[in-house]
Amino acid sequence: MDPKQAQLLREIQQLEFVAVELTLFLDTHPGEQEPLNDYNLVTNHLNQLKAHYEKMYGPLAVYGFSPMEYPWRWTDGPWPWETTHY
Amino acid sequence: MWIYEKKLEYPVRVHKTDPRMAKFLTAQYGGPDSELSAAVRYLTQRYTMPTNKAKALLTDIGTEELAHWEIIATMIYQLLKDMTAEQMRREGLGDHFAEHDRAVYPADAAGVPWTAAYIQATGDPVTDLHEDMAAEQKARTTYEHLIRLTDDPGIKDTLRFLREREVVHFQRFGEALDDIQEEMTGKKIF
Repeated sequence: MDPKQAQLLREIQQLEFVAVELTLFLDTHPGEQEPLNDYNLVTNHLNQLKAHYEKMYGPLAVYGFSPMEYPWRWTDGPWPWETTHY
Repeated sequence: MWIYEKKLEYPVRVHKTDPRMAKFLTAQYGGPDSELSAAVRYLTQRYTMPTNKAKALLTDIGTEELAHWEIIATMIYQLLKDMTAEQMRREGLGDHFAEHDRAVYPADAAGVPWTAAYIQATGDPVTDLHEDMAAEQKARTTYEHLIRLTDDPGIKDTLRFLREREVVHFQRFGEALDDIQEEMTGKKIF
């Protein structure tokens, strides 16, 4: 995988991890404001990076997750289990 | 509905050829306290949870477990992909090769296939959440054993991430259990 793609993917993994962690925390602390603010902050940043990634390297998800450009690139490799740079 | 994302939750870096480690790692792919057991357990128990918090938590942790299951599969796949039949036989994976070649298969480290008997769904939320907390501790212990079975810094790093997630899930399940018990005893203070 191209080093720039690997770097961008790494940043997406880091931000999405924060989103996962905050999701679980908010599930048992739904009344707390501060983690919710963090969740929104990280979500906005994450969506920007994902949109940029998908434009450059193809879709991260299908089923209507985001619009696609021609040609259909979902079927392009490598798949997540095929590279050690993920 | 679920959406698949074409990326791992955490990176996998396998530096060395070590087919035996692939066999040990199947403990977390198809063993009793595996990521598969965790995902199926939580995504099955959620239907009969009495509180919306517990339904949300089991859905979200169950979903994260599927991402962990993919991480384990990736490590096993990469450790096995360049092996020959002869190498696998020599390294003690002849039995795996006979039935599965280099495929990733949900069995435990000794080759016993995954079974739903590893999990419960009792319909009693207190019982189910206690099982879930115990499951997280058993998975944490299994990760500690796996970390001791390899000297590959890449594999150790990924296993440490997965171990830490078990600790966080245990904490969240404990909070969900407290919440349900407070509601059941009418001691909920708003």
